[in-house]
Amino acid sequence: MDANAPDFAAASRAALADPQLRGNFRRAMDGLMGKRAAQFADAGEWHGVRALAAAVRLRALAKLPELLEKLEENCTRNGITVHWAATTDDANAIALDILHRVDAKLVVKGKSMVTEEMHLNAVLESDGIEVLESDLGEYIVQLDGTMPSHIIMPAIHLNTKQIAHLFKRKLKDAESREDAAYLTDLARRVLRAKFQAADVGMSGVNAAVAETGTLCLIENEGNGRMCTTVPPVHIAFMGLEKVVEKLEDVPPVISLLPRSATGQPITTYVNMISGPRKDGEKDGPREVHLVILDNGRSGIYADPELRDTLRCIRCGACMNHCPVYTKVGGHAYEAPYPGPIGKILVPQIEGLEKRGAMPHACTMCNACVEICPVKIPIVEIMGRLRVEAVKPGGAVKDGGAKASRAERMVWSGWAAMNASPTAYRIATAAMSRLGNAAPSSLPMLKEWTNVRTKPRFAGRTLHDLARAKGIPDA
Amino acid sequence: MPDARDSILTKLRKTRDVHPLTPPASDFAPIEAKRWADEERLPRIRRLMEAVHTEFIDATEADWPAVLREFLAQEGVGSLVYAPETEAGKQLVEGWGVASPASNSPSPPRGEGRGEGDASHDSPEGPAAHPPHPNPLPGGERGRTPAPTLIPYDRPLEDLKPQLFESIEAGLTATRGAIAETGSLILWPTAEEPRTLSLVPHIHIALLRTDALYDTFLQAMRDQGWAQAMPTNVLLVSGPSKTADIEQTLAYGVHGPKRLIVLVVHP
Repeated sequence: MDANAPDFAAASRAALADPQLRGNFRRAMDGLMGKRAAQFADAGEWHGVRALAAAVRLRALAKLPELLEKLEENCTRNGITVHWAATTDDANAIALDILHRVDAKLVVKGKSMVTEEMHLNAVLESDGIEVLESDLGEYIVQLDGTMPSHIIMPAIHLNTKQIAHLFKRKLKDAESREDAAYLTDLARRVLRAKFQAADVGMSGVNAAVAETGTLCLIENEGNGRMCTTVPPVHIAFMGLEKVVEKLEDVPPVISLLPRSATGQPITTYVNMISGPRKDGEKDGPREVHLVILDNGRSGIYADPELRDTLRCIRCGACMNHCPVYTKVGGHAYEAPYPGPIGKILVPQIEGLEKRGAMPHACTMCNACVEICPVKIPIVEIMGRLRVEAVKPGGAVKDGGAKASRAERMVWSGWAAMNASPTAYRIATAAMSRLGNAAPSSLPMLKEWTNVRTKPRFAGRTLHDLARAKGIPDA
Repeated sequence: MPDARDSILTKLRKTRDVHPLTPPASDFAPIEAKRWADEERLPRIRRLMEAVHTEFIDATEADWPAVLREFLAQEGVGSLVYAPETEAGKQLVEGWGVASPASNSPSPPRGEGRGEGDASHDSPEGPAAHPPHPNPLPGGERGRTPAPTLIPYDRPLEDLKPQLFESIEAGLTATRGAIAETGSLILWPTAEEPRTLSLVPHIHIALLRTDALYDTFLQAMRDQGWAQAMPTNVLLVSGPSKTADIEQTLAYGVHGPKRLIVLVVHP
């Protein structure tokens, strides 16, 4: 086992023992589920738009290489410089190149999960560049020196009191006031000066339109608009799956994303950018760059079943509805993407050696699949990754990393027992006689029995009972 | 990185061709089916936008500049930045002085308020280092406050940044209509009407004419032929800036405008 691999079991035990954290998540997730449900009160509308959004995403994947070329062509025509990065290191190098060329000292960032994947902030800071997250939740998390615990609401693990305390500690002249409006205004004042002074603004991309070379970003705060409008240079980062074919494909995605994520009919701002400042225009960045990141996605794309992972529009609804996520919170996953989508995406990006535990942190209850706005078969993919983890040489990075000889023997024994009536009869008869005698502290049972009561075996097998009733053997 | 580009695209193409994907047809009917009667659209837009703290004022083609002027004076707003070359900008200036010719002449921002040297480019961390921003919310006293100063957005952002961020209180833009389904304004910035007009000042005032109300985002982009010629930036704006990042508590005015005022111009 990789010594650096995150230990999900240990992290989740710690999270479960933290009543403050559990309370914060429980309240937030209940609220989000309720608000989402209210937005989809019309079942017919939900099914219709959902089918459309899924079709839009599938069509984008069906034509992915062509659409990426088209996107590049149209962005270039619009004056956007397109960069391709195979790895996060490449993407960071591209960003640093641009920053060095324009001699950037201060970078303001809008929300971008891809840059979390890249650990871009750490890279920039180690290069001596000041980088500020400007989404309020991201800003809080950055001040706290931690990572987002939710892809939509990064600071959802903290309550107002904790944030007030953090601001008091970190911001000069902050008053100790547990008041969301005061804290929000405080952040506004700090960050406005930064937007004004920043050399470069960075953002993610919610959807990139191949047809028109347009980058779509949605947000509520206006920080995304600030980052993409005020500084002289804008760098946008996207995973290569974020492309859609046509401008008309944007409305179905935008229709479902905010409703699924936060239960609002639309975000305050839908920002569609199709180029840098043109001659005669008075504002907007002079340069716009688009960095298209692969980081394992082309490998995910290669497998027809795993490919569905790339439909994701990053609404985070699967987290809000996951019985595991809502109990342990986002940090227990120690990954840029937590919750159900994280459990299928991160192991495929980072490999099953490091992330083999993630697909097991699932009860397979299907709640995430039922609410996914683009119908990703998350649970099926979860099952597939469990298989890949013990099957050497499969489709996923570090496939077979969790293979064990003992486990393989148990399963082949299990298969043999179920394949032969005689073996089955002997095995069940033995279990009914000896099963109750086996102590629950046996090493192989302990993982199960330390959180559950060991079931009692009936004294007679079903076959015995049937025979006693005069039912003949088949 | 050209190598990365080619290797990524080659890999995608090769694996896709081995396992092609046949997507289901994209049936837009569920969105196309969303229709509202002509008389329902504006009330719906108003209801949805007011639910997220947007304010509405009604006016006519003839009197909207005077109505706006009166409103801003009442609210104690001291300055309004506008786009002088746009139709709305010209109407504003024309209609502004009717009530009080003294405040008719748009004063250039340069030379008033903060000097160039004050630009706080390297101010230290912490809110106290910055001058308190003008209070965009109605103060205690209303009544005979002077009309706001009109400031034309007639130069590049770089030359207007300090004033825009630190002293100008309100910005005026036109719209290209609104969307009934979600209660959203369509903003279509141009060379004449910059993007930051609707972003940086604490108050954004948007003119909405009642002849361009669409049912859905899809219908608006189809009817206006967006895909044929996208401008540098198009925006849907559905309220003032807001956040719920602190314990799911809604707070308005985090980074963008604290107030959004829709000035409905009836024919």
